[in-house]
Amino acid sequence: MSKQHASVTNEHKINYILYLADSTLILSHRNSEWCGHAPIIEQDIALTNIALDLLGQARSFYQYAATLIGNNVTEDSLAYLRIENEYKNLLLTELPNDDWANTILKQFYFSVYQYYLYQQLLNNSDEQIVAIANKAIKEVVYHVRWSGEWVVRLGDGTAESHQRMKNAIENLKNYIGEMFIAADFETALQIDVNNIQQQWQEKVNATFAEATLPLPENIFNHTGGKNGVHTEYLGYILTEMQYLQRTYPNAVW
Amino acid sequence: MDLEKLATNFQQKINEEIKIEPKDWMPDAYRKTNIRQISQHAHSEIVGMLPEGNWITRAPSLKRKAILLAKIQDEAGHGLYLYSAAETLGISREEMLEQLHTGKAKYSSIFNYPSLTWADMGAIGWLVDGAAIVNQIILCRTSYGPYSRAMIRICKEESFHQRQGFEILWVLSQGTKEQKAMCQDAINRWWWPSLMMFGPKDDESPNTAQSLAWKIKIKTNDELRQQFVDMIAEQVKVLGMTLPDPNLKWNTKKLHYDFGEINWQEFWNVVNGNGPCNKQRLNARIKAHKDGAWVREAASAYAAKKNQPQSKVA
Repeated sequence: MSKQHASVTNEHKINYILYLADSTLILSHRNSEWCGHAPIIEQDIALTNIALDLLGQARSFYQYAATLIGNNVTEDSLAYLRIENEYKNLLLTELPNDDWANTILKQFYFSVYQYYLYQQLLNNSDEQIVAIANKAIKEVVYHVRWSGEWVVRLGDGTAESHQRMKNAIENLKNYIGEMFIAADFETALQIDVNNIQQQWQEKVNATFAEATLPLPENIFNHTGGKNGVHTEYLGYILTEMQYLQRTYPNAVW
Repeated sequence: MDLEKLATNFQQKINEEIKIEPKDWMPDAYRKTNIRQISQHAHSEIVGMLPEGNWITRAPSLKRKAILLAKIQDEAGHGLYLYSAAETLGISREEMLEQLHTGKAKYSSIFNYPSLTWADMGAIGWLVDGAAIVNQIILCRTSYGPYSRAMIRICKEESFHQRQGFEILWVLSQGTKEQKAMCQDAINRWWWPSLMMFGPKDDESPNTAQSLAWKIKIKTNDELRQQFVDMIAEQVKVLGMTLPDPNLKWNTKKLHYDFGEINWQEFWNVVNGNGPCNKQRLNARIKAHKDGAWVREAASAYAAKKNQPQSKVA
């Protein structure tokens, strides 16, 4: 009985770590699509830098998950050889970039979430998770600042940038809730999503007020990502990302 | 001071290897040549992000993806220092971008070739960055101070880029039959264009003599090209691959490699806009700039609002 309980807990833990890894990898992928195409070189560098940070976090989580899973699983087999319904990332992270306003708001929502989440993970009983969160939170502080400043700049910039931010708020509003609806693996790991939600909402309210932007209304929560049911977009992301590994199985790169 | 005396002083500084700084007097043509060369170099860094950017989302492992992202980010950084160096000569970044977008300013033609397979990421690092380094190491000694200092910084990162490119190819050369073929194919496609990166032959390079006298250039195109051939002809042996030139042979008298004739018709075709990707590359840059216009406007509008004195707002 106790043995079975331990293995269930381990499975929850693996799923949770994969959820963290997948969400950071997929948002990193989306951000990296801007590389070479951003509005100004300084910001191209900044967003690529965030893509790199997120990729680094994803790698730490995948590497840890791989050691828990065993069976010659590696960071690359987890990223490159799982299919859509094995991916657990938030739907928010797989949505297309659209314009700079939409990209910024996606990043801001996710970074604020990550910040309060990682703060909570600093008190986790698992040392490895604590170590990863401790390293990553320093990066996330910068991501929150960078994306938050852009939310304010665009919200309170020109009439056009204000309107584009409003469009982004509308586009993304139904993908916020998923962050705060606990999946089984989060419940099992005693993640307090309500606490994260409360802090997240306070930070977003304050930033939107400064940006002279309205809070989203009439929200419906799309969910499914955490349990492997995604939007149509993820299939294309994985097709592109996994192309070489799928075409040349077992090759070393 | 009269003009003649200024010109004599200037040339004397050059001869004594004293760097020319932004506030020093300089001949107009020296200023113009430097603006042309530095801005062209900056544009090359920025346009050069595109063929490699083409493989970020398809990089075959997370480690390769991270290295590639970091490398392209370095290139954006190089573009930034170089635009700043050119700005010290009295041209704005906006003007330089305008010249790029209208086709008035050039960028390195090499980036008008397509990156077709993952092995191209290796070949670009090894051959294209390799050729660039040969040029740039010499440019660390160029006479214009800000350009020289930018090059010193850039060279440190470029040598890492070349090594990572070689390492990509090395892993492929040790891999499956398909990977080896991919490796050889990329070398075949990038070899001749990378030789063209050194520019026309000395006797057909109209700017060379004056640039040498002003120490904007330190060595001629052909000298640098020879140095590159000698280096790569040896390194390719380590990969167990070949260079696509039947005339490549060690010359025991000259102590250099002989190599075949470059297809100059192709070179001029690509320079004049008919390379495989000229339109695509330029359109991508123009689109990024145009699509980003509202973002830059919003940032300036916001900054202006914040800088407004309180009394004005009230």
